[in-house]
Amino acid sequence: MTSNAYVQLALYLTLLGLLAWPLGRYLADVMAGRSRVVTGPLGGIERACYRLAGIDAEQEMDWKRYALAVLLFSLIGTLFTYALQRAQGWLPLNPQGFGAVSPDSAFNTAVSFVANTNWQGYAGESTMSHLTQMLALAVQNFLSAATGIAVVYALIRGLARHGAATVGNFWVDLTRATLYVLLPLSLLLAVLLVGQGVIQNFDADRSAQTVTTVHYPQARLDAHGTPLRDAAGQVLTDTLSTRSQVLSQGPVASQEAIKMLGTNGGGFFNANSAHPYENPTPLSNLMQMLAILLIPAALCFAFGREVGDIRQGWAILAAMALLFVVFALAAIWAEQQGNPTWGALGVDQAAATWQAGGNMEGKETRFGIVASALFATITTAASCGAVNAMHDSFTALGGLVPMWLMQLGEVVFGGVGSGLYGMLVFALLAVFIAGLMIGRTPEYLGKKIEAFDIKMVALVILATPTLVLAGTALALLVEPGRAGILNPGGHGFSEVLYALSSAANNNGSAFAGLSANTPFYNVLLGLAMWFGRFAVIVPVLAIAGSLAAKPRLAVTAGTLPTHGPLFVLLLIGAVVLVGALTYVPALALGPVAEHLALRES
Amino acid sequence: MTHQQLSMFDPALLRPALLDSVRKLSPRVQWRNPVMCVVYLGSILVTLLWLAALAGHAEAPAGFILGVALWLWFTVLFANFAEALAEGRGKAQAASLRAAKQRVLAKKLSAPRRSAGYELLESSGLRAGDAVLVEAGDVIPGDGEVLAGVASVDESAITGESAPVIRESGGDFSAVTGGTRVLSDWIVVRITANPGEAFLDRMIAMVEGARRQKTPNEIALTILLVALTLVFLLVVVTLLPFSLFAVDVSGAGAPVGITALVALLVCLIPTTIGGLLSAIGVAGMSRLMRVNVIATSGRAVEAAGDVDVLLLDKTGTITLGNRQATAFLPAPGVSEAELADAAQFASLADETPEGRSIVVLAKQRFNLRQRALGDHGIGFVPFTAQTRMSGVDCDGRAIRKGAADAVRTYIGTLGGHFPAEVERSVEDVARRGATPLVVADGARVLGVVELKDIVKGGIKERFADLRAMGIKTVMITGDNRLTAAAIAAEAGVDDFLAEATPEAKLALIRATQAEGRLVAMTGDGTNDAPALAQADVAVAMNTGTQAAKEAGNMVDLDSNPTKLIEIVEIGKQLLMTRGALTTFSVANDLAKYFAILPAVFVATYPQLAALDVMRLGSPQSAILSAVIFNALVIVFLIPLALRGVRYRATGAARLLRDNLLIYGLGGLIAPFAGIKLIDMMLNLL
Repeated sequence: MTSNAYVQLALYLTLLGLLAWPLGRYLADVMAGRSRVVTGPLGGIERACYRLAGIDAEQEMDWKRYALAVLLFSLIGTLFTYALQRAQGWLPLNPQGFGAVSPDSAFNTAVSFVANTNWQGYAGESTMSHLTQMLALAVQNFLSAATGIAVVYALIRGLARHGAATVGNFWVDLTRATLYVLLPLSLLLAVLLVGQGVIQNFDADRSAQTVTTVHYPQARLDAHGTPLRDAAGQVLTDTLSTRSQVLSQGPVASQEAIKMLGTNGGGFFNANSAHPYENPTPLSNLMQMLAILLIPAALCFAFGREVGDIRQGWAILAAMALLFVVFALAAIWAEQQGNPTWGALGVDQAAATWQAGGNMEGKETRFGIVASALFATITTAASCGAVNAMHDSFTALGGLVPMWLMQLGEVVFGGVGSGLYGMLVFALLAVFIAGLMIGRTPEYLGKKIEAFDIKMVALVILATPTLVLAGTALALLVEPGRAGILNPGGHGFSEVLYALSSAANNNGSAFAGLSANTPFYNVLLGLAMWFGRFAVIVPVLAIAGSLAAKPRLAVTAGTLPTHGPLFVLLLIGAVVLVGALTYVPALALGPVAEHLALRES
Repeated sequence: MTHQQLSMFDPALLRPALLDSVRKLSPRVQWRNPVMCVVYLGSILVTLLWLAALAGHAEAPAGFILGVALWLWFTVLFANFAEALAEGRGKAQAASLRAAKQRVLAKKLSAPRRSAGYELLESSGLRAGDAVLVEAGDVIPGDGEVLAGVASVDESAITGESAPVIRESGGDFSAVTGGTRVLSDWIVVRITANPGEAFLDRMIAMVEGARRQKTPNEIALTILLVALTLVFLLVVVTLLPFSLFAVDVSGAGAPVGITALVALLVCLIPTTIGGLLSAIGVAGMSRLMRVNVIATSGRAVEAAGDVDVLLLDKTGTITLGNRQATAFLPAPGVSEAELADAAQFASLADETPEGRSIVVLAKQRFNLRQRALGDHGIGFVPFTAQTRMSGVDCDGRAIRKGAADAVRTYIGTLGGHFPAEVERSVEDVARRGATPLVVADGARVLGVVELKDIVKGGIKERFADLRAMGIKTVMITGDNRLTAAAIAAEAGVDDFLAEATPEAKLALIRATQAEGRLVAMTGDGTNDAPALAQADVAVAMNTGTQAAKEAGNMVDLDSNPTKLIEIVEIGKQLLMTRGALTTFSVANDLAKYFAILPAVFVATYPQLAALDVMRLGSPQSAILSAVIFNALVIVFLIPLALRGVRYRATGAARLLRDNLLIYGLGGLIAPFAGIKLIDMMLNLL
């Protein structure tokens, strides 16, 4: 480990804390309508929205109506995003003249962006028109993030209220999250990114002459986009050469900002944040990393304020941060160690003044080992999925970190809103098992956790493992699934496992190496994303409704304290244990087997 | 306690339990416990695989399959045994109760008078509302209320207490229980319960565990256990295609066998808690029964663990039942002996413990003998709720003793004067936490008798323990505020309710519950019934009225109000045992992964041998060791499940830390050692 790693990690966490604390206060105030921003002129826009849509902002919803509103709103968003992709050929702002996106890819992408996953089976710059990028994809970046905030707010109200029949108004939560939080922050970040060199225009692609002739291999595909293989199962490639390079253009900065802030992660370009037009400098990289975890961290403080005990928010945040630091250090260590095979060959992989050392395959030299491994940890700790390095090229253990972070259920900070509601579900679980050991029936924040609540917790805990494990099994069993796997052995298995983990946990990052833009994977992953999102949201809202109706019990010396270090450890234990017990066999057959094989060879 | 713990594995209980554990293999019984049902189905599947192996379709060596099959069956049997053992203890208790429930002939009256004619009828033919005559030597045919008469009743069949109790019509001693025997005199009883619904029937059903309903927390925990089982089912089922793929791409080894997968599944699902859960519940009920408390629902036992506030009646719980006279404080111009003489005279006919203590004190201090009654042509004035005084009229003297305000009013009506010095004595006495009793002779105030409450020994430490547990104690008393405050301070309770009326009690419970606290209380009188019904845990005294017993959710057969504290501890112990075994069960899984995963995949990926941290003998012995450990751990934990996790009065944070260390960390580490040990023994054989 280099001191560079510790310095970067410490700097990152310090800045994150400094930014998240005031944002948490602001978030709590605007979501509750207490802030002067809401009563002021900007509030006029909010009220105008309600008048236009015929919404009574005072009318609160019970959890069932709230869930119905979330589902209907997301369904309409999906249909709209699908339709726009299919019709983009006839619509303006399409300088490249792209035709309609294929039905399965359009379905996959529509679900992907609505579910805040932003898994991308397509390459943005060669598929989507500027209009589609802006009106379909960027809009869903805002709305899916706002939906996450709305849902976690319903749950927070459930914990804070007592004897209440309602959990809030979805339309109000959605509007406030978008109008007061996501839009202003995105505007600010977009301007800062433009300052670093991120492009923002409506131009067609430009062609530039390269200095030397470039040779590159390309996989040979069949009519379905599946790579062709030789008799040995190796993928067939053609070597091409060129002296010109196409430089894609477009409104990148405006989309980049919300891509990070909303933990969406869907890049304008296929190379995502590794692309110099999306993420040109180390400073833009730091801004992007901060933007990913900013709202998830701030929501913890907002939660503490809403339940009337800021220490509760600190405890959740501490559990997230501790897990995060351990995973980040593991990823940085694994990448800095480099490839064991090369070590055996006598290659110098140590970090030195003139070389980054470690495993630089698939990483940008302007970011290096630490910023790449840190970015990978951040993007998978949150359900962002933006990448500035290729996770497929990480070492076996370095690749295990992002994969397991996703499999933990995206609760280490997690997605905007979804991370906190996921973590709160784990808090209920931890309290339920361990709380009994103090000789009381379990309670969290004065709310008794009873059969209905635990049934919903069980549904949440079951949803994503079912999608990941059953989906992976299906992909390995059927021919269209196996056809997409590029690499042999344990690594090929990891690619499929990673794709399903990413989709079902709404992360959206890809391990690459898997040809996923096929009808089979588009449909499989599309379903995994939809159910990974909404099969969690609905039970979470049910918990919110059930908790809101319960009385709030007083805190005594006999109640389980949920703000101290012991609870933080307990929460971490619950997250890690559930994640380990569910995924250890799969991980053993993937990255662990791969790592041990490399070490032995 | 020691005696009762020894009897846990009494041969008289073991033999039927062993038999029952085999009987419980019936699918209808297994179906009720989802976790163990999976083990049950797994056992059947592996047994079929063994038969197939014998027939030549072996997926693994037949001996190995047989070994796994046998130990899977043992796992089911061990869980059955734990449940049967717990139920057996309950059944033994029920049997002694049932002995009381002999068929008796009832004398059904045509009208609720003794003089009305009666017909002889089987007690099972009685309906609620019927009136029966019970005479000396008769067994009371059903639960009911005394309409007329007074009788001494032997209730030892229910309470185990051999001293007979008095039951009479009206007031708080009018309830009688079916199965008890009238020793002397007669009573007319109105039956209040239909056959099968009587108190004794409910008690038998509760302790027997036959119709035991799952409690709310038990249901919630079962849901969680089912969810965990589903997760592991998913993990194990998808392992087959993963393994097929791995074998395919690596070209080495063979896909994982069904036997190994079933073994892995059974090891992973929470069999330890799944197998012991119902035993823990039955044992909790049984522990309550052992302290002579019958809960009418399991829910009440759980709620007892949650209680934040205990409402305790002062008399009998905090102080010894009766106040005792400790001093005579004469008025100016009156000698102490004169006061003592008058006080003793006024108390001669007073049979209350307080009255007797005045007689005794006067005798001790001034050697005043108890005068023979009838010497003076005495007319006794009994205590009534209206006058709140008692005394004697004789030789033209009217001696009265009573509460200060009652005597003051009485003196006032006679035109007398209540001296300021006496007023001061009254206040002093009250401030000391004692009860002042003013004695007057006609319109002349003689002075004050100090009646002191004796706080029970050790009760203060008990309350300190409760405080450490986060439980607040509130003393309920009819005394005035001054007296109540003094006793509260002496006993160390957190709060008190003075001059308590049933309405004030009910209001206090409601207010406390509105703050989000759970309240426990004891009560016996009919006027306690509303408060009992409102409280979250309500313990009715067995000597109490039928109304009180109906309103409460527990009945204390010993009628000992201090029992409430023990009930809370038993409730907590029940929940702690459940939590500890769940944590232990889940924590165990990590080691089992380290045992089984390398064993089943090492042929495909040889490098996974590095995960075999326990260095187990062979893949097959590794799997078998994990299965054996999983089965044996149930047996080892049966005593803990039945006896309950040791309970200490301390704050929640410390309890959690200690139990997490023991059952969480211990649960992670123990199986590594256990599996290694079993593996070494298997390889020795």
